[in-house]
Amino acid sequence: MKLIGIVKEQPGETRVAATPATIKAILGLGYQVAVEQGAGELSSFPDSAYLEAGAKIASSSEIWRSAIILKVNAPTTDEIQKLTDGATIVSLMAPGLRPDLVESLGVRGITAIALDAVPRISRAQSMDVLSSMANIAGYRAVVEAAHEFGRFFTGQVTAAGKVPPAKVLVAGAGVAGLAAIGAASSLGAIVRATDPRPEVADQVKSIGGEYLPVEVAEQMQSSDGYAKATSEAYDKRAAEIYSEQAKDVDIIITTALIPGRPAPKLITAADVASMKPGSVIVDMAAAQGGNVEGSVAGKKIVTANGVTILGYTDLPGRLPAQASQLFGTNLVNLIKLLTPNKDGELSLDFEDVVQRAVTVVRAGEITWPPPPVQVSAAPAQTKTAAPIAKVEKKMSAKLRSALIALGATALFLICAFAPAPLPQHFLVLTLSVVVGFYVIGKVHHALHTPLMSVTNAISGIIIVGALLQLTTPNLVVQILAGVAVLLVSINIFGGFAVTRRMLKMFSKGGK
Amino acid sequence: MEMLFDFAPEISTASYIVASLLFIMSLAGLSRHETSKGGIVYGISGMVLALATTGLLTVSNGWGDPAAQVGLIFLLVGLVIGASIGLWRAKVVEMTGMPELIALLHSFVGLAAVFIGWNGALYDVETPEALKGVHHAEVFIGVFIGAVTFTGSIVAYLKLSAKISSKPLMLPGKNFLNVGALVGFVAFTVWYVITPELWILIAVTALALALGWHLVASIGGGDMPVVVSMLNSYSGWAAAAAGFLLSNDLLIVTGALVGSSGAYLSYIMCKAMNRSFISVIAGGFGIEAPSAKDEELGEYRELDAASVAELLKNASSVVITPGYGMAVAQAQYPVAELAAKLRERGISVRFGIHPVAGRLPGHMNVLLAEAKVPYDIVDEMDEINDELANTSVVLVIGANDTVNPAAAEDPSSPIAGMPVLRVWEAENVVVFKRSMASGYAGVQNPLFFRENAAMLFGDAKERVEDILKAL
Repeated sequence: MKLIGIVKEQPGETRVAATPATIKAILGLGYQVAVEQGAGELSSFPDSAYLEAGAKIASSSEIWRSAIILKVNAPTTDEIQKLTDGATIVSLMAPGLRPDLVESLGVRGITAIALDAVPRISRAQSMDVLSSMANIAGYRAVVEAAHEFGRFFTGQVTAAGKVPPAKVLVAGAGVAGLAAIGAASSLGAIVRATDPRPEVADQVKSIGGEYLPVEVAEQMQSSDGYAKATSEAYDKRAAEIYSEQAKDVDIIITTALIPGRPAPKLITAADVASMKPGSVIVDMAAAQGGNVEGSVAGKKIVTANGVTILGYTDLPGRLPAQASQLFGTNLVNLIKLLTPNKDGELSLDFEDVVQRAVTVVRAGEITWPPPPVQVSAAPAQTKTAAPIAKVEKKMSAKLRSALIALGATALFLICAFAPAPLPQHFLVLTLSVVVGFYVIGKVHHALHTPLMSVTNAISGIIIVGALLQLTTPNLVVQILAGVAVLLVSINIFGGFAVTRRMLKMFSKGGK
Repeated sequence: MEMLFDFAPEISTASYIVASLLFIMSLAGLSRHETSKGGIVYGISGMVLALATTGLLTVSNGWGDPAAQVGLIFLLVGLVIGASIGLWRAKVVEMTGMPELIALLHSFVGLAAVFIGWNGALYDVETPEALKGVHHAEVFIGVFIGAVTFTGSIVAYLKLSAKISSKPLMLPGKNFLNVGALVGFVAFTVWYVITPELWILIAVTALALALGWHLVASIGGGDMPVVVSMLNSYSGWAAAAAGFLLSNDLLIVTGALVGSSGAYLSYIMCKAMNRSFISVIAGGFGIEAPSAKDEELGEYRELDAASVAELLKNASSVVITPGYGMAVAQAQYPVAELAAKLRERGISVRFGIHPVAGRLPGHMNVLLAEAKVPYDIVDEMDEINDELANTSVVLVIGANDTVNPAAAEDPSSPIAGMPVLRVWEAENVVVFKRSMASGYAGVQNPLFFRENAAMLFGDAKERVEDILKAL
């Protein structure tokens, strides 16, 4: 049974890696949990709540001696020093961008698990911290923009005049972009969105936005679920769209990120200059260099023409309680995956793509980068459903009438030449067949089973044949007939009884 | 008493006409819910009438003749034992075990037809010389149909009750075997008409028994609804053949009614499965070994019961499409309770039933009725298919092939063209399944990998109960 330590983050970070609720879940997996004093304070989770959930409260030095450390942000060099030999640390790490961090973790048997390296496959969605943080950031970006914007988002007709709705452009319809579209449209704004992947158009529409397609000859679809850098012709047309929109809209929220690369510049200084005074831009990619020319990471800038550019990099942290809750739940899901036996022992299975992908360092040995994981994000769209030609082998009219004629002739010949009782029997037979077809033709589907069991019981009429043979002066015949009577009575009585039972069960609603 | 005996033949003939009419009215009554209970009363009255007058005829024939009185004892003993076994089975049978019971009952009719045919051969009642040949042919036809029905039903019973593997038996040249058996039967019949010898009768009985076995053994478990209704039809024809043999119009009428209605029912089933009717009655369906292209279709999403409950709470309309899995797990009661609870919350709940869901035509309807689901919220495939696109959540409970989009979209699929419930058009689909294994048709189901689909693994009954708890 291992001890999990929840450490207090560095100043400036408001989130915490576990909430009282997620601690209960971790305890359920067989671990012990210790929380650093005041770790959840900024997220409005007091120490007492952690105590109540079943965690210990301990000092910083004590916590860092835990076998497993859960954290939000990547550990600093000092913090890595504090880890015990063979400890496991789980946090955001951005391993692709920070080879130095990966390098410094590969010592003393340390195991490092990067939460932001979870592959984007359906199964791993529940552990995808980037998605859940992006969701919060997208929402907060709209709130920040609304805070700076001097007008309503929604249009109104009031006694004091008509208020037009705000127009919002969201660049990039990933998780953050979609969250922003949803939040802005539910505030009443007109929302437009751009994205290099045309397949997101439906998603944009579904939450109230309008998708602006970039119409060039080629289209992009990436195999790993992220948008990729795109071609020149495309970029040119996209730039035109941004310039057109900048003149028109009041709010721009940019979310475009390309993994492992600086963020693409979407909005030029000229675009910003063309915007109306009082407009607001939220550059959610500011930390990666920014989508907007002139944005500064972590700062609010006001341009000469009165446009506010927000480059906040701590958007999720501005909703600390919400962010900690989702972050903590993602973490619990990951720990669940790593604790298959629920015995409080962490185990890593490199056969599993998710576990392989998140493990940056295993027991002091660097395992980054992992082999690529293929996600077929849009297999359904590529395969166009071919309309199935209805191949119905309809009998040609000629063949049909020929068959009917043949059947009638055969029946005629049999009846004409067969000896005495046979023609009458055939007459009875054919008429009964016709009656049978017509009677059954309109049967309600739901009654097929009762019908079948009643016809089954009725076919027990064969008992009449056996009865007639019972009195023949031949013992073998009598025995056979007797057995037949027995068998068929099972059929008759069983069949009718079971049908009655079934029919009793059918009842109409409301009765 | 003696007077009554004198008139027994006339009484029975008259009552046979009335009984035939009652049987027709019985079948007609069963075509609608409102009249179904009346239908069964007609059926029982017809049977009672026929039995009573034939019994009278038998007694009058055997009265005073010591040898014949043995037969009367057999009649009494057989009737009492048979009736008690039948009533007992009907009382204790689980509704999920209905298909097995019906298959087994068919086999009794088949075996009885064989015995009656044999009796006709062993003891020839004063047949005029001109009719000898016809009589012999009738014996053969009766025995043949009866024997095929008997072994066919036995195999169907064994497959349905999982006593033998439900996989189709693949003998080399199986179509040749079937056709060969038919040709052999015709040859034997002609031979027997010319020189009636006992060994030919034995040979043809053995041949028919083997044919019946092979016909049904080469049909996979998934096609059992068609097989059961086909056997139902066969048992009717066996009765009609006995009627020819015994010159009894009641048997002919009733047998033909059952035979043609069973055939028509099978035909409806076949249309629902996009199979050729001819290849069904010929047996084996011409199934090829399922193409084992287990290509990876992508990732599937898994949900737990609590999230499904959440999904249902927020839904405005729910459609439940049950399949054989619901029958196996006996999940009809919790499913019905779930439907009732959701309806209490003002959520529209309907059931979508595929014509071949389950192992018997209408199997699902019977199970849902057992669990007191009102039948007016239970819809057929055609009624519900167009509404599925406006449905918030579809719960697929233990169904697989009947909701497979490959049937509609992939022309190379083995089930291409089979009408299916288009559940994938709904906003969300939750599939209750024990594992990711493919269905009876052996075809992988792309539905599970759709973006709007999620899997809920485990026993259907337990999972539905979990959802009920979470609600």
